[in-house]
Amino acid sequence: MEWLNAIVQGTLLGGLYALFAAGLSLIFGVMRLVNIAHGDLIVLAAYLGLTVTTATGMHPMAALVIVVPAMALIGYALQRGLLNQTLGDDILPPLLVTFGLSVIIQNGLLEVYTADPQTLNAGALETASVAVGGVALGILPLLTFGIAIAVIWGLQWTFYHTALGRAFRAVSDNQDIAQLMGLNRRHIFGLAMALALGVTAIAGILLGIRTSFDPSIGGGRLIFGFEAVIIGGLGNLWGTLVGGVILGVAQTIGAKIDPGWQLLAGHIAFLVILAVRPNGLFPRVSG
Amino acid sequence: MHDPILQTRGLNSYYGDFQALYDVELDVGEGEVLAIIGANGAGKTTLMRSITGLLTNGPGQIHYRGQDISRLRADEVAELGLAMVPEGRQLFPSLSVKENLMIGAQVGRKGPWDLKAVYDLFPILEERKDQASTSLSGGQQQMVAIGRALMANPDLILFDEISLGLAPIIIKDIYQALPGIIGEGMSAIIVEQDITKALSVSSRVYCLQEGRVSLESASDTVSREDISRAYFGIE
Repeated sequence: MEWLNAIVQGTLLGGLYALFAAGLSLIFGVMRLVNIAHGDLIVLAAYLGLTVTTATGMHPMAALVIVVPAMALIGYALQRGLLNQTLGDDILPPLLVTFGLSVIIQNGLLEVYTADPQTLNAGALETASVAVGGVALGILPLLTFGIAIAVIWGLQWTFYHTALGRAFRAVSDNQDIAQLMGLNRRHIFGLAMALALGVTAIAGILLGIRTSFDPSIGGGRLIFGFEAVIIGGLGNLWGTLVGGVILGVAQTIGAKIDPGWQLLAGHIAFLVILAVRPNGLFPRVSG
Repeated sequence: MHDPILQTRGLNSYYGDFQALYDVELDVGEGEVLAIIGANGAGKTTLMRSITGLLTNGPGQIHYRGQDISRLRADEVAELGLAMVPEGRQLFPSLSVKENLMIGAQVGRKGPWDLKAVYDLFPILEERKDQASTSLSGGQQQMVAIGRALMANPDLILFDEISLGLAPIIIKDIYQALPGIIGEGMSAIIVEQDITKALSVSSRVYCLQEGRVSLESASDTVSREDISRAYFGIE
């Protein structure tokens, strides 16, 4: 039963990792941009949530109404103002620029919020749980997992059933020809980044409710996000959810064996899958 | 000639340091079908990329209906009513046949062409509308590429090497369909290696040779000797 508990908790934790990964996967899929600052943007969203909740007394979940659009705006501005200029045949400039961005965000947060660990106070939501067949399930992890499924379903639907999603796929396929069809790739990329950071905002708030955070933890979240994306297969959003779950389960099982093994077990699971299936478990079939 | 819909004046195009076009002067009349012929590497595709805005040009080199479009981005040019059927078809592989067509309508111009009109023109595409565009035969893919350009309801449509890599029977079909496509006042530029085909559907012909216009003539009076000379540069 303890093992079952570890697996269930790990699965739910995977929902959070999938949310870390979804934005990363989205922008890589649309514009082949690897965003090194992704983890720090998650942390930035958590801090924005902190500011909103302390200033207005809102519940952190209600603060999403403000933080999600704010992050989306930041995403659009960031893409149009900075990242579009780095995109081209060479993959190195976006890596370097987002790495620099990561350093800037971390230090900016340090200046404004200090290095003290913070949490978002969500009241009863943090500790509430239900018992299912002898396993106690936290309401927050359940909610996180549900949100992850909803977000991935929503992204998937957007990609395959809307004009915006069609534009994303067209630009991803062939930028020049998409431009000929009247799609301005710079604007489309801006919208993709806005959507990705909107998802990142959700991930940041949920992270902030679940654990304490400080300006330096972005890098770790980036790694979890990357691992979930790679395990699931690049460009496959449902695969990303599976990747997150595998990572989460590996971590909780590792922690069950020895608390010191939690992170190591996750990385080992990632490396094993990378060695056996270099393209991930569910690689997108390319045309 | 009618009023020009498109004019190039002293058009020079570059790929990096390499100059691909030299002082190209070209006029397309309203409702006119123009053919552009020339050997591989003569600059035909470069000319298409310059006109559509995929290559940036110097100011004042390309005018569309009197407006200087030489510095506009490709999506801005498309909105003015200029569409292209690119060389090698270049469909979007992750989009279905229907989605490829719908992307063409993205510019939001009103006109006679919509999904139904394209399906009426190429009924096979309606049967295959939910398939991946990559699963079609070459000829069917060319139909999608043509339909995609028509969905923009352009006033000027550019066909870049539409017969390249297709079976002769398919080429014949497509050329038979062309007059019906280009009718209704649309102007067209047809880039083609098959000179007979190019002359049969056009009213005037330009030949490019090493980035320069080497011949400009009416399609029905041009002689084979003139074409050979302009094409190969042999006196």
